[in-house]
Amino acid sequence: MDNLEELKSAAISAVEASKDLNSLENIRVEQLGKKGQLTALLKGLGALSPEERPKAGAKINLAKQAVADAIEMRKSSLEEEAMRVALAKETIDVTLPGRGSDVGSLHPVTRTLNRIEDIFSSAGFSVESGPEIEDDFHNFEALNIPSHHPARAMHDTFYIDATHVLRTHTSPVQIRTMEDREPPIKVICPGRVYRCDSDITHTPMFHQVEGLVVDEGISMADLRGTVSQFLNSFFEADFPVRFRPSYFPFTEPSAEMDIQCTACHGEGCRICKNTGWLEMGGCGMVHPKVFESVGIDPERYTGFAFGVGVERLAMMRYGVNDLRMFFENDMQFLEQF
Amino acid sequence: MKISESWVREWVNPNIDTENLVAQLTMAGLEVDAVEPVAKPFSGVVVAEIISTEQHPDADKLRVCQVSDGTEIRQIVCGAANAREGIRVPLAIVGAVLPENFKIKKAKLRGVESNGMLCARDELGVSGDSAGLWELPSDAPLGADIRDYKNLEDKVIDIDLTPNRADCLSIRGVARDIGVFSEQSVIEPEIAPIKAETDRILPVNLNAGDACPSYVGRVIEGVDLRAETPDWIKERLARSDIGSIHPAVDVTNYVMLELGQPMHAFDLAKLNGGIEVRKAKQNEKITLLDDKELELDSEVLLITDQVGPLAMAGIMGGKDSGVTESTTDIFFESAFFNPLAITGKARNYGLHTDSSHRFERGVDPEIQEVAIERATELLVSIAGGKPGPVSIERLDTGMPVGAKIELRLSRIERLIGCSFDAENVETILRRLGLAILESGEDRWLTKAPSWRFDLEIEADLIEEIARIYGYDKLPERTLMAAQPIEPHNEAINSARPYKTQLVSRDFREVINYSFISPELQNLCFPDENVVPVQNPIAADMSVMRTSLIPGLLKTAEYNLNRQHANLKLFESGMVFLPSESGPMLQENRVAGLMTGLRTPERWANNDSELDFYDAKNEVESLLSQKASFVPAEQGAVAHPGQCAKIVIAEDAVGWLAKVHPKVVSSLGIDQAVYVFELREAVLRENLVPIFTPLSKFPAVRRDIALVVNKNIPVSDLIEEIERECGELLIEVRIFDIYHGQGIDSTEKSVGIGLTFRDYSRTLNDDLVTQKVAEMVEHLRTSHNARQR
Repeated sequence: MDNLEELKSAAISAVEASKDLNSLENIRVEQLGKKGQLTALLKGLGALSPEERPKAGAKINLAKQAVADAIEMRKSSLEEEAMRVALAKETIDVTLPGRGSDVGSLHPVTRTLNRIEDIFSSAGFSVESGPEIEDDFHNFEALNIPSHHPARAMHDTFYIDATHVLRTHTSPVQIRTMEDREPPIKVICPGRVYRCDSDITHTPMFHQVEGLVVDEGISMADLRGTVSQFLNSFFEADFPVRFRPSYFPFTEPSAEMDIQCTACHGEGCRICKNTGWLEMGGCGMVHPKVFESVGIDPERYTGFAFGVGVERLAMMRYGVNDLRMFFENDMQFLEQF
Repeated sequence: MKISESWVREWVNPNIDTENLVAQLTMAGLEVDAVEPVAKPFSGVVVAEIISTEQHPDADKLRVCQVSDGTEIRQIVCGAANAREGIRVPLAIVGAVLPENFKIKKAKLRGVESNGMLCARDELGVSGDSAGLWELPSDAPLGADIRDYKNLEDKVIDIDLTPNRADCLSIRGVARDIGVFSEQSVIEPEIAPIKAETDRILPVNLNAGDACPSYVGRVIEGVDLRAETPDWIKERLARSDIGSIHPAVDVTNYVMLELGQPMHAFDLAKLNGGIEVRKAKQNEKITLLDDKELELDSEVLLITDQVGPLAMAGIMGGKDSGVTESTTDIFFESAFFNPLAITGKARNYGLHTDSSHRFERGVDPEIQEVAIERATELLVSIAGGKPGPVSIERLDTGMPVGAKIELRLSRIERLIGCSFDAENVETILRRLGLAILESGEDRWLTKAPSWRFDLEIEADLIEEIARIYGYDKLPERTLMAAQPIEPHNEAINSARPYKTQLVSRDFREVINYSFISPELQNLCFPDENVVPVQNPIAADMSVMRTSLIPGLLKTAEYNLNRQHANLKLFESGMVFLPSESGPMLQENRVAGLMTGLRTPERWANNDSELDFYDAKNEVESLLSQKASFVPAEQGAVAHPGQCAKIVIAEDAVGWLAKVHPKVVSSLGIDQAVYVFELREAVLRENLVPIFTPLSKFPAVRRDIALVVNKNIPVSDLIEEIERECGELLIEVRIFDIYHGQGIDSTEKSVGIGLTFRDYSRTLNDDLVTQKVAEMVEHLRTSHNARQR
């Protein structure tokens, strides 16, 4: 009993000096186990008087508790240390690249088409498509371009046979839509089109998006609003859009739409050939003869149509400087999108 | 069309500079493509005459010229071959600055002093023939500044006219439109009738009905076509890119440019009897001015004499009746040909002339007599001669009458979205030359002027109102069209989900042309019919693709040749399948191509090359419905042992394959290539889920290994197993395929994991064991399978 404090501090010192969980366990058994030194003291209580016993017992238990606490503390700190060591061993180079595949990319034309479709979908336009080999009626006749019309020379047409062509624009989809549906009509027609022309600024195949709105009370003011809002939405900027008189057999009045040069903001530069404007496409009010050919009453309904070149929009948006790259499919090009 | 600005300004001269004039033209719908100065900037060049020349003592090719500018004689050393005594040429005097800031200084050439430079056209930045010195007319005033004398401050305006504006294919027409815009009156040159000096006429018979309802002709006798066309005419022609030939041709070209009336001159001596205008006989032949011999169809309109064709009317003259320098008596033609009679005809024979360009778009039917008077006046003043009377042959019908067009004030607002007052509308109509036949408060009945073939209906007039008012002033508003919410079909996706999926699996989208080379088509699908393009742009783009695979192979070849050894590509697009019986099928497809490493070369990836099953996994991941893969063949493009047809509900929706080594090596590729192609519609299917209740009971898994003949497709085993085990079997996994030790070389071991589950009770172990045993026993008889 006299050496209780001594025993306690010796035990605690041993606990604190223990280097690992095993030796700590040994100490616990040594001190607190059935045959442990402190346990042994309790056994010696029998030698004391009944008055002394509780007091001495309490003292011993306090010492035991102190040693047990020390063991517990030491244990958790040794465990933590062991975990730290184990984790340290598992350290890897997190800067190494990850395992598995890369991610590919959409063609810039698709990317651009998706944007155009998103913009028009949000304004309630639906997306229509049609065949690429078209009959003469849908590609020309119904659009007020009879055979031998000088406007046919504007379309360098690929012929499949006497009555079929590779569509020169997506306008036949407008015709098909008007044949199938009653106004109100509010659609865009994206797709591939073909012209027999190939040089630095022309490829024999390219993409167009045409839009068509037919309803009562549609005017050129709606057309202007629609195309200028679209172009500004597409370029995420506030560029002036201007209309110039032009001619298409299927619209009257017809217009060319120009956007202020996105590169020089109208100052005049190489890209806009010093005009300050970039041609974006054609548009106009649907010609009464077109309405007649699809059975829509031109007195009751009016409508507008417009068309833009997708590659041109993509070139302006992403700064691509050669149209032909879109169809060379060089990985060096495609990887940029 | 290129025209001289100063020439137009003689007709109408608004007080605005070139830049503004050009902007106004463009905004009027006469789009200006380019404005080019006639000469580059230079100064100090005057008209001078070579007084004498002598050979340079020390240089074969140089001559020493004494040159006079009227006040001073200078010695100039000159290398031009045409430097000779008596000609007048441009002289850049010492101190002159030529284009590109080239300063003329006193110099010695091979020891001989030279005090300036005699100039060729190109040295002054003037287009035209630049071989040798620019020879000026003999009456060019000595000492005059060449810029003033030759009007070199002038600019050439190139207008890109739309096909409807035939009325602007002349100085007169462009001036008229400028006049409307700038509210200036147009000053037409005075064209007085030229009195006949002989009474000779050539009879004309019109036998082509509406095709040629009016033909104005005139004989001029005794002309001297060796006379020089005056410089001012030549210059104006040159500024419109028309070369000078001889006075008769130059005059007709000049009148065409000035008034818009194409004319023709015949050599009267070469004509036999009178003129007949008629349609060609089938296969009738003509040799044109350009020596081309044509065999005509009966739609072509001809000018003939008693013997045969003289000219393709309105398109090009014949060789035999053409005017040459030695012609003395000529016959001028100034006719009206109906646009429908001319349109398309020139193109059918590969021709396109200034004349056909105008006639097929519409020539003012009231200008023929004026034109012939103008041409007579000019020709006689240049080449002399005695004109006969103007003969006019005109049919009672067939002349354009000018459409009567109703215009309603309310319709203007409906179409262009802003209101006009009636007075303004009427002013604009009158300025445009429309006759107002009836005038109400809010409607008009009008008649289009003879030169406006494009004004036919009310909308045409509304466009004119908008054009003159100014497109840039038209209002703009947000579209308010009705917009009902349409039904939304969940079972069909757009193209985006499958494209997004392929992209996230490391595929790059490509877009190839829809036409390919017949050789490539043959290499891949030698037995398939194709849709050829009648007028391909190149031989290697002459057939429509029947599959996206050839294009992908081409793209792979292109990129493999450019150090991209690992490729995963896809394309979405249309193919064109001819049909013996019905119309051709145009079908959207999606195809993929894979070659090289399975995963990118990287420290943590193994470097294994991808194989058939990688391609198959891509296909499986794209399909929303269960598909079976049936061994198949696919043209010459597929490896016969590694090709599967993809079948959904008995419908072949696509295929996948290793590309045949022959095809691969023909393309110069030396690595394995895998491809797949599917109908796009299948990839856009989107199964709408139908919920089934979850089972509360655990699943039981049994793994077995079956040894079967190695030629038995595993899909057969799975089908058999599924049938035998019934609904309790919820999943079959092939976890191992083993060849090798312990297995005969004709056999394979297939490791199969079977998962059973019941939705109403916990499965009895014995029941599962029994089911598996029965199934194995069945396979033993059906496929000679044994458990390993």
